[in-house]
Amino acid sequence: MIFVKDLEFYYNKKNHVLNEISFQAEPGLCTAVLGNNGAGKSTLIKCLNRILEPQDGQILVEGKNVNALSRNDIAKSMAYVSQKNPSERVTVYDTVLLGRKPYIAFEPTKKDHQLVKQVLKRMSLTSFETRYVDELSGGEVQKVMLARALVQQPKVLLLDEPTSSLDLNNQYEVLERVREIAKEEQISVIIVIHDLNLALRYCDRFLFVKNRKILAYGDKKVVTPEIMKIVYGMEVAVEVVRGVPVIIPMPLL
Amino acid sequence: MENARTYERYLRNKWVFMIGLIVCVVLFSVFAICVGSAGLNLNQIFRTIVGMGSNQSEIILFNIRLPRVVTAVVAGIGLAGVGCVMQALLKNPLASASTLGIAQGAAFGASFAIIVLGAGLQSQTIDSITISNPYTVSLCAFVSAMISTIMILGLSQFRKVTPESMILSGVALSTMFGGATTLLQYFAADVKVAAVVFWTFGDLGRTGWREILVMSVVVAVALIFFLLNRWNFNALQHGEETAKSLGVHVKRLRMAGMFVSSLTAATIVSYIGIINFIGLIAPHLVRRFVGNDYRYLLPASALTGALLLLVSDVIARLVVAPIILPIGAITSFLGAPLFLYLLFKGVGSR
Repeated sequence: MIFVKDLEFYYNKKNHVLNEISFQAEPGLCTAVLGNNGAGKSTLIKCLNRILEPQDGQILVEGKNVNALSRNDIAKSMAYVSQKNPSERVTVYDTVLLGRKPYIAFEPTKKDHQLVKQVLKRMSLTSFETRYVDELSGGEVQKVMLARALVQQPKVLLLDEPTSSLDLNNQYEVLERVREIAKEEQISVIIVIHDLNLALRYCDRFLFVKNRKILAYGDKKVVTPEIMKIVYGMEVAVEVVRGVPVIIPMPLL
Repeated sequence: MENARTYERYLRNKWVFMIGLIVCVVLFSVFAICVGSAGLNLNQIFRTIVGMGSNQSEIILFNIRLPRVVTAVVAGIGLAGVGCVMQALLKNPLASASTLGIAQGAAFGASFAIIVLGAGLQSQTIDSITISNPYTVSLCAFVSAMISTIMILGLSQFRKVTPESMILSGVALSTMFGGATTLLQYFAADVKVAAVVFWTFGDLGRTGWREILVMSVVVAVALIFFLLNRWNFNALQHGEETAKSLGVHVKRLRMAGMFVSSLTAATIVSYIGIINFIGLIAPHLVRRFVGNDYRYLLPASALTGALLLLVSDVIARLVVAPIILPIGAITSFLGAPLFLYLLFKGVGSR
């Protein structure tokens, strides 16, 4: 569970990037952070685990104030996967093992290795463990990064556009895994995502950011043509196809 | 279980590579002790070490060959380790002591000591120039290299500490120190200019046991610091944001790492002069064998640096024996083509 109250972030005081951001994300659920380009979605999730230092506000993870935690302790409770994944000449196994860094005093223990093997197996990456990451496809790299985040044993998982560079099949596979793991491990997942249909299919909560503030937050019911018009400045229709809401853009031709 | 064994085999290969490097360094050190104008064979070396050698062999071994070889190993480990760490901290494959203005800073300090403070020339024969006060020269080179370092770290504080701002500050300072050295040389007498040029060639024969001890302590402390931070360097490879999310204090690590690296490079350069390419090429060379994991890359780079410097020194001593060629020129001659080969082979294989 993550609880955010009155979060405020700016690079200079006259120009706030985020203001009065308050919400809470429950364990086992996926929250999609939505909004137009430059709305501050990525900034928001980077403020949660203090990759960026917010100027004001309170963030509680499992009841603990994030401001009072050391960087290492934050890393034990929150994991983050960036939208830019550098392809390094490091093996899949060693990349995933890096996720144990907050727990490693000098060398990884047997428990660290066991966890890495479990997560590799769960993500169907066992046969890749000695492959170098720079030899893998985009979808495989994303799964490796997700595995690295999972061995951190986080309570909150922050994903910044995890599907932006993936093909259709990989987009669905990655989000399917994320949702499955969130439910099983009772992790609060917060995803910055642009594809509204993917979000509607895999996320449980929807948080719209507009003009530095939260415009709407709630379950699928908040995804309405009216909200979409305000956020994206575009007419859309929301249809239900096989039980799943689907956004159909209706641009003015 | 099959895959677990595969990973273990993969790790074993890395260790085999490192043990191979250690064996190469040891063997080449022994070879470097043996070769020279006054030949020493293994038997004589052994007898000398156990105190049964002649006076002449004792002088050659303990005052000339051994200090030279130990200097090559320590300086090679230090320069390559520093290059490897700077490349991680600045996330730039071109980061090294010479590209960040530290070597140029040291060259300015040495020029200042020789030209302005008169620590320069004492005697000049056909094949050698002696610097009358090496301590002043080393001290000035060190102070100047550290000024360069402090300026880079200070300038990068003005805005955010980004790798780019550090690299660009280094380029600007290199140019500034280069210009200042040129000005000093312009107004100096010919013999003093010759002494400055001689210093900048780089020479492994300048160090006595006292200097080696200082250099070894600095390199050892730096290596311990680097090894303790190997997981942090690994995290930094994945980008600043990911490193922070894994618990790394990126700014603190970058400042402390740059300070320790620069201090180590400044110490080495102030004693032996400018030796290019070791810090740049050793990490690139071993990356092909052990990958980018700093748990292995760091020690393997350090050992490769020692090996490269030993090989370069042997070449410098043998090519036109008994004249000893400047080691800096040899490392550049060996390093540049090797670097280009790695670069273009890398391009071709992608």
